[in-house]
Amino acid sequence: MIDILINVTLLAFLAITAIAIVRMTHLFAIVMLYGIFSFLTAGLFVVMDAADVAFTEAAVGAGISTVLMLATLALSKDHQEKKSRHRPWLPLSLVVVTGAALVYGTMDIPGFGDPAAPSQVHVAPYYIEQSMPDTGVPNMVTAVLASYRGFDTLGEVVVVFTAGIAVLLLIGGRRAKQTDKTQLEKESDDA
Amino acid sequence: MTHNLIPRVVSKLLIPLIILFSLYVQFHGDFGPGGGFQAGVIFSAAIILYALVFGLDVAEKIIPPYILRLIAALGVVLYAGVGLATQLLGGRYLEYGVLGETQVAGQHLGILLVELGVGLTVASVMLIIFFAFAGRGRP
Repeated sequence: MIDILINVTLLAFLAITAIAIVRMTHLFAIVMLYGIFSFLTAGLFVVMDAADVAFTEAAVGAGISTVLMLATLALSKDHQEKKSRHRPWLPLSLVVVTGAALVYGTMDIPGFGDPAAPSQVHVAPYYIEQSMPDTGVPNMVTAVLASYRGFDTLGEVVVVFTAGIAVLLLIGGRRAKQTDKTQLEKESDDA
Repeated sequence: MTHNLIPRVVSKLLIPLIILFSLYVQFHGDFGPGGGFQAGVIFSAAIILYALVFGLDVAEKIIPPYILRLIAALGVVLYAGVGLATQLLGGRYLEYGVLGETQVAGQHLGILLVELGVGLTVASVMLIIFFAFAGRGRP
């Protein structure tokens, strides 16, 4: 019962945040609302007992990506979203049709946590029964992630590493001299 | 933000706790929720908070960018190296069982090392991306 109440509250706040993001034009406020959106999503993950996903969502979605967007905004001069000139009817109808198709698709999805769902009867029973004798790791998620699907996780780490290299190659570049910069920062602080 | 007293004091209190929590998530991931990915992003969030409050230059003195690049590569090498080690010990790639006396002991060691590799790479790549973005604004 309390779960439903929390879920409804969080989802209502999510919807309000989303509408506020659409209606606002000040980009700094929108970035902060993105952070709030991620934080509410993290709350939903906690209600679904996915604490580790919630950690990631809170740290990356609400924390790091917000900071990255703020850093990007600080570089740009204009902080107001430009009014679009074109009519929104075509995109709107496209979104409505796609959304309706997705909602129709959820009709066939088994209920949350349904033990008879196809995804739960394939390899999940094996993991539940064998992960403790196989690996001795009580946290089944870690056992699957690091042991059963260790090769998959290696690929993910390489993807993260590649992303870092790509950012370095694109905007890492050479830095300005340290002394000049601290001088300038002092001046701007004094001013 | 270098002149704001309250963020400085509060973040000095918070940052050690955040780092401690990230280490807990890293090394307790076998038993509780968490693991390398989560620990890495939480750790980098602590350093990013430090950089926001105390300035980018001070943060780069604590963790210089060249060390970050080394650590990012080290994490991937550690992960892949565990796989090679299991092969050298006669198992298949990333078959941790051969690392220890028993199957379970080997799995424990293997998962610990692999998660450490994930944590190192994720934390340092997040910081590399942050420093690259935030460093653009400097003259």
